[in-house]
Amino acid sequence: MYRYDEFDHAFVAERVEQFRGQVARRVAGELTEDEFKPLRLMNGLYLQLHAYMLRVAIPYGTLSAKQMRKLAHIARTYDRGYGHFTTRQNIQYNWPRLEDVPAILNELASVEMHAIQTSGNCIRNTTADPLAGVAADEIDDPRVYAEIIRQWSTLHPEFSFLPRKFKIAVTGSPNDRAVTRGHDIGLRMHRDLAGNPGFEVMVGGGQGRTPIMAKTIRNFLPVDHLLSYLEAVLRVYNQLGRRDNIYKARIKILVQSEGTDTFAQMVEAEWQAIKDNALDLPKEERDRIKAYFGPPGYDDLAGDCPELNLALDLSLAANPRFAAWVEANVQDHKQPGYAIATISLKPHGGIPGDASADQMDAVAALSEKFSFGEIRVSYKQNLILPDVPKLGLLALWRALDGLDLATANAGRISDIIACPGLDYCNLANARSIPIAQRISERFTDLAREKDIGEISLNISGCINACAHHHVANIGVLGVNKGGTEYYQVTLGGVADENARVGAIIGPAFDEWQIAGAVEDIVDVYLRQRQTNEKFIETYQRVGPQPFKEKLYGTDRARQAS
Amino acid sequence: MALIEHGKLAEDIWHDTDDFADAQALAPMGPIIVDLDTWRRHRDEILALDSPVGLRLQPGQTPDLVASDLHHFDLIALEFAKFTDGRAYSQARLLRERHGFKGKLRAVGDVLRDQLTFMLRCGFDSFQVATDSRAAAILEAVDEFAHWYQLALDRSATIPSLRRAAGATEAAGETGATGVAATWAY
Repeated sequence: MYRYDEFDHAFVAERVEQFRGQVARRVAGELTEDEFKPLRLMNGLYLQLHAYMLRVAIPYGTLSAKQMRKLAHIARTYDRGYGHFTTRQNIQYNWPRLEDVPAILNELASVEMHAIQTSGNCIRNTTADPLAGVAADEIDDPRVYAEIIRQWSTLHPEFSFLPRKFKIAVTGSPNDRAVTRGHDIGLRMHRDLAGNPGFEVMVGGGQGRTPIMAKTIRNFLPVDHLLSYLEAVLRVYNQLGRRDNIYKARIKILVQSEGTDTFAQMVEAEWQAIKDNALDLPKEERDRIKAYFGPPGYDDLAGDCPELNLALDLSLAANPRFAAWVEANVQDHKQPGYAIATISLKPHGGIPGDASADQMDAVAALSEKFSFGEIRVSYKQNLILPDVPKLGLLALWRALDGLDLATANAGRISDIIACPGLDYCNLANARSIPIAQRISERFTDLAREKDIGEISLNISGCINACAHHHVANIGVLGVNKGGTEYYQVTLGGVADENARVGAIIGPAFDEWQIAGAVEDIVDVYLRQRQTNEKFIETYQRVGPQPFKEKLYGTDRARQAS
Repeated sequence: MALIEHGKLAEDIWHDTDDFADAQALAPMGPIIVDLDTWRRHRDEILALDSPVGLRLQPGQTPDLVASDLHHFDLIALEFAKFTDGRAYSQARLLRERHGFKGKLRAVGDVLRDQLTFMLRCGFDSFQVATDSRAAAILEAVDEFAHWYQLALDRSATIPSLRRAAGATEAAGETGATGVAATWAY
């Protein structure tokens, strides 16, 4: 893991003191709310429906046990005993008091964390593949570059007042687990013919009311030039992005209006003018950062693998609940004898992404016992222990089971991504959490969930699409019509390297119909599927019509189509 | 209206106008600032006034529009229509870094304390502030950060450069890290 040196420590401490002063000036009335708002947003502090909300950055989704304990402590001391993990690998506290925020930031700084640029019209917390460093398909570790971007983008003098928020995601693997095409800039690692790593640069992705998947503007950018190229993209956007209409201010609108080729040429021209100055990090600095992300001290278990696998098989055979958890929540690791374990924050009927302070403390302890003290946060709002010896899986599962953290549903239909919705958020039009709870309660039968298999179901409480409903196999969007909440369904979205936006299936459902509609959609899939076909494959083969017929009847389906 | 330069209140000797007739009338009294439109319409007449000339650019007016005329200007004023409109930061860096503009770079409009360091780091060295109380707030602002991650026009040593220096010092068994800023400055 990256460790702060004296400079990082000093910087974050100075940032806390700066904000403490800004809060004091706001409380004293020296700053108007209009003047204070961009300052607090750049420190992750929102004003929500009922209270302030503090969004803390978890850069590229990596946490140490010590940091997780601090998050638990903050939840317990300054909030109501829980936190909410988000699709952007952040954690949100829903009930902090403004006067406490400098103290919370101070607590965070003590464990090398901050809330810098988790909000506001600036470069947001950079996200990455949650399986960085442990995925078997990885070309190079994206955390190295995400950390470089974190440092470069922190209080950038030129790019702190952009037309709109700006999100960057990095993946080092061909299988995209970071939804890179859904970001303002997506970076995807490739190697050139000589074996050197570089990035495919995708620009102009985003969801919200105009969902667009990012377009590739450069097929291969040598890693040496990463920062100068990013700076060129940001400079073009900062000058030309629209500032007259908040809904047309994202870079996706600029790329669309200029055309991808023209936009790429503008970036290229800017980049040629700056690419060989001192902006890019020298190799030794990159190597210095890279050194932090070396593998932990794995035991050499390669020779033991047949015995390990046999022991695991015996445990699996003896314990069907454990077997179900392993099948759904455990993935292969690149290191022989190790596995990647997902800790589901989606108990049936629970609030997606929420964790109590006690659960956070327990996960911290389990990470120390089973995973070199490291935890990952995924955009699917789950936690991941990245380095679990296979022999420890049974003990880990037993411990998780006792904490209500062993739901065997990773990647299944009850692994729902949901935004906080109208229960908390002042942008929301409708509630998300109770809908997620109601739907997941219909799929409590693990055997049925296993039968349904790999599927994604995301619920956003408004068109800002924080839950990424556009790229879900089944997307649910809350809308408000005449004071009543309705839920619009999209089908066919995909969030991986073949990312695409789903299509609206028909008229919206009310809050009491929506869970039944989801069951109907699943039933159509189960009837239509061919052997080994995933939901999305069946949908792509049969199209929307059978789903429309089931949901709306034949006559209504014709009208809706 | 107050003016801050070199970390203190300064007298504003510049006369700012959008009107050529005004510029003619004001020129004998001191240097004048005109907007881009006036400059384009009356370029030669303004040069004939025999007065130092400044140019005011709106947020959408890129320095490229006047690249060949920059040597005529002793000052360029960049306008922050709202402090949340960050286009002038890019204009400032382009003027300094791309076009080598050495004159005064003045921030005008919604100029506030909490954006001052961003402005300084993008090459501004003159700040026109709407009210005296805002000017007082800016003057109170201390240097809140010792070092920054990015290379910028304040020419302070960046964190990456300090790390390199520290690493080099460690390797060579030396002490001190002088001259780092110079090696990293533009």
